[in-house]
Amino acid sequence: MKKLGYFLLYGSLSIVAIIQVFPIVWLFLFSLKDNREIFAGNPFALPQAIKWENYYSVWEAGIGNYFFNSVWITTVSIFFTLLFASMAVFVITRMHWKLNKLVLGLFMIGLMIPIHSSLIPLFSMFLDAGIIDNPWAIVLTYTAYNLPITMMILLGFYYTIPKEIEEAAIIDGASLHRLFFTIILPLTIPVLSTTAIINMIYNWNEFVFANTFISSDRYKTLTVGIQNFVGQYMTDWGAIGATLVISVLPILIAFFFFSNKIVEGISSSAVKG
Amino acid sequence: MNKVMSNKWFITLYLLPALLLLTVLIFIPLLLTGYYGLMSWDGIGAMSFIGLDNYINVVQDATFWQSAGHSFLLALFSTLSLLLYLAVSLILASKIKGANVFRKVYLIPMLLSSVAIAQLWIKIYNPSNGMLNTMLGWIGVENPPLWLADPSIVLYSIFIPILWQYAGFYILIYYAALKGIPETIIEAAKIDGASPLQIALRIKLPLIMGVIKVTIVLAVVGSLKYFDLIFVMTGGGPNGASEVMASYMYKLAFGSYNFGYGSAVGFALLVITLIVTYIVRRLTANKEDIQY
Repeated sequence: MKKLGYFLLYGSLSIVAIIQVFPIVWLFLFSLKDNREIFAGNPFALPQAIKWENYYSVWEAGIGNYFFNSVWITTVSIFFTLLFASMAVFVITRMHWKLNKLVLGLFMIGLMIPIHSSLIPLFSMFLDAGIIDNPWAIVLTYTAYNLPITMMILLGFYYTIPKEIEEAAIIDGASLHRLFFTIILPLTIPVLSTTAIINMIYNWNEFVFANTFISSDRYKTLTVGIQNFVGQYMTDWGAIGATLVISVLPILIAFFFFSNKIVEGISSSAVKG
Repeated sequence: MNKVMSNKWFITLYLLPALLLLTVLIFIPLLLTGYYGLMSWDGIGAMSFIGLDNYINVVQDATFWQSAGHSFLLALFSTLSLLLYLAVSLILASKIKGANVFRKVYLIPMLLSSVAIAQLWIKIYNPSNGMLNTMLGWIGVENPPLWLADPSIVLYSIFIPILWQYAGFYILIYYAALKGIPETIIEAAKIDGASPLQIALRIKLPLIMGVIKVTIVLAVVGSLKYFDLIFVMTGGGPNGASEVMASYMYKLAFGSYNFGYGSAVGFALLVITLIVTYIVRRLTANKEDIQY
């Protein structure tokens, strides 16, 4: 009886796991096949001769460029979001002033805004400022739109830092800048890495802003570049598969190494929403 | 000490970058959306003020209401699917080995971009050699549906990957909540002779009701502003059959350069989202939240 129970338990959990993962495995399979095999063969079969050249050819044809655009845009945005969010949270949680609850409230309202409602004015603002079709337009928006969620994850951690640390530093004659940059910021590295990964997932995958603000090929990010490619290689499934695998790989690798941080970040950023 | 920690210059300096970005890139554009809605404007040329015409047109626009209806249908489906996620989480949290691995594996689709997911599912739905129709062929289905080209089912074909994408996210949240229930409460119920089903329905579910309510709000709000996957998979087609509010707005502004009217639709999207958020929060307000 007990055995049957366990069997059903693990059986149902495994079925869910297969449903969640199998499409991605299938994607990987067809990225290694050629069209003849994809269209004539069994879609679940392993590739007969592994076609790594699919990866080589799409990388050469421009995916490499999109990839590096995504890397630097993601990295620079994460850097600014984390820096500005940390500075603001430090001031809100550790300094004494009257309006801190109000200012915090403003940032938290930012969590509820549907981004599509601000897309048109952002586009025309960037057009006026001359930074349409310029990667900095997306760096700016990613930095701004990630601030509220990043601050929310940081808040809880900052509240737990003991007051004595600041007191000791100030008594020893440290300036506030020094206190923040050499004492407090290093203390928050564990939670900063969680927020960095949450930011990475968001920035790497973002589509609407990148698709709207960038038009030239040389500035496009991976998510937008994929769209291009699929249009070009309409019938070459192997090439499309390789493109998609390249675009999801960095996140999957990050997940492999930092899954605990990701789980932590997602649950702490979701439940309070 | 207190004097140092209330240095006005320092506070202003450190708050400024974040506050400036928030104001200029989030709040001001939001107000501008409402303002542009009062204009006749193609996005590049001169604006001309036309009063409330755009807003009146939105209210009378059958296409807008049709796409709003699709958004609400997605909200309904997302909310119902929470039951499924809840069931999986209850199994997962019942002290079994490997629960950690399972919940992480479930999360994987959520990490991928909607664009990649959309392209992948276009291939899965491919009528001639996609994964789905090949499997249907094995069990003898002669004429499988044209998943993304048939206006009567396209919307549901799109809902499936959306529910697939977010399953792990909700399971993760429920799992964390269920793990937070003190062991002693469950033990006490077991001693009193409660069956596992009774424990789940009468004890565990009421105890995590607060979290369930939050996920309902998240699912509804997320559905109303959903865009990426639909935009990539069908572009709202065939013939508007899968259009949602955000994709309609996008099409108006960046497809037909009707920035004034697009802004009015964008503003309507904002207002509807805020009103529905408020209603759902009120409906699920915690009158007597359980403390333990």
